[in-house]
Amino acid sequence: MIMMCLAIPAKIISVKEDEAQVDFGKGVLREVNVTLVSPQVGDYVLVHAGYAIQVLSEKEALETIRLWNEILEAEAKIQQK
Amino acid sequence: MVEKLRFRDPDLAKRVAEKIHKIAPKEGTVKICHVCGTHEWTITHYGIRSLLPENIEVIAGPGCPVCIVPASEIDETVQLALKGVAITCFGDVLRVPGSKMSPLDAKAEGADVRVVYSVADAVKMAEKEPEKDFAFFAVGFETTAPSTAVEIINKPPENLSFLVSHRVIPPAMKLLVEMKDLSLNGFIAPGHVSTIIGLKPYELFPKHYKMPVVVAGFEPIDVLFGVYMILKQLSENKPQLENEYVRAVHWEGNTRAQEIMQKVFGTVDGNWRGLGTIPFSKLELNEDFTSYDAHLKHDVKVEKGVDIQKGCRCHLIVIGKIRPTECPLFMKACTPHKPVGACMVSTEGTCRIWAKTQTC
Ligand code: SF4
Repeated sequence: MIMMCLAIPAKIISVKEDEAQVDFGKGVLREVNVTLVSPQVGDYVLVHAGYAIQVLSEKEALETIRLWNEILEAEAKIQQK
Repeated sequence: MVEKLRFRDPDLAKRVAEKIHKIAPKEGTVKICHVCGTHEWTITHYGIRSLLPENIEVIAGPGCPVCIVPASEIDETVQLALKGVAITCFGDVLRVPGSKMSPLDAKAEGADVRVVYSVADAVKMAEKEPEKDFAFFAVGFETTAPSTAVEIINKPPENLSFLVSHRVIPPAMKLLVEMKDLSLNGFIAPGHVSTIIGLKPYELFPKHYKMPVVVAGFEPIDVLFGVYMILKQLSENKPQLENEYVRAVHWEGNTRAQEIMQKVFGTVDGNWRGLGTIPFSKLELNEDFTSYDAHLKHDVKVEKGVDIQKGCRCHLIVIGKIRPTECPLFMKACTPHKPVGACMVSTEGTCRIWAKTQTC
């Protein structure tokens, strides 16, 4: 059963027009529709109910970590003052 | 890659929880509302509430798209199924109670009701059986609506029509802010809805209501950061719109999805189970696509539905006014095996999520 607002990351294995084969990890492969995004082979996409809804870039994943550290450190600095 | 990063780092989670304790006000209650079933799942599953100071309350708003579909729209589906139209729907919808019957009850009476993983499956079924009439029961928020729109814009076979029950989230958030007795102090906005709609639709909350909004992802750390960012805004008295989920949500959202949705749907006032009518909150097929409207095609007409079953408190659950444990039926007359209300049926319903956590 799917969670209706959950989207799961998967890796693009191949793309043919609006359809792509993706890997959800552990070898679980599935066809998904990629009309809503334009992914390249190797990209990670968020998949919801058979449709890729966003491309996740490694850069932005790293950006998350940077943002988190920035928040934590900003606080630490204020406390040191 | 994404999974390899430190999204579940317990040390980091601990540090954020410490920050939360430091910045939380020592007096009064802070009420933070999220509006996503998946957020509730993360919060309950990882015991996030127990990590927070006692006066920081995180409540679940109407974030379960299946739970808020009114009984009248289930009744329409049931009516259509009993008329002989094959109904295709997501599994979560099957057992949602209508006024008298759920789609599963209709199936038990011999109707053709089929569970699909995606709207594309419904299209394939209709193509495969051209003699048969099909209808897709399109439920879901902005995360799901674009997929329905893609299939409709691609002109599916004529023997497939749509019962569009899609709802959009920002108008429901507006309703919650305006409920004075709910006295919210901030929103954790839904991550995956936001991948589609972007951040702009939330601007009005800090601007007009002085209400902090943080879009957050679904890892426990994401949610903790969301809480922390809201508390920080409150402590500085600077309500604003922030994005914690930068790895998936961009300011403009998914513009291609928005364009396709705009072509296919317009917004109209819509009833939400337990909440009543919310202005401009329901998607409806635009003029060019009315030939796909199951209501018109099959002449579906139902009376006003019975949204809340006797004794059920889903209307209070969906706005976070009470917790499932405060419903006298919870885990007594109402269980995941024998659900009374819609909040116990869907895997994203607050009662169902709480029930699962209690039993495992
Ligand atoms: S526990 Fe059951 S009866 Fe009570 S509010 Fe939840 S769904 Fe309704």
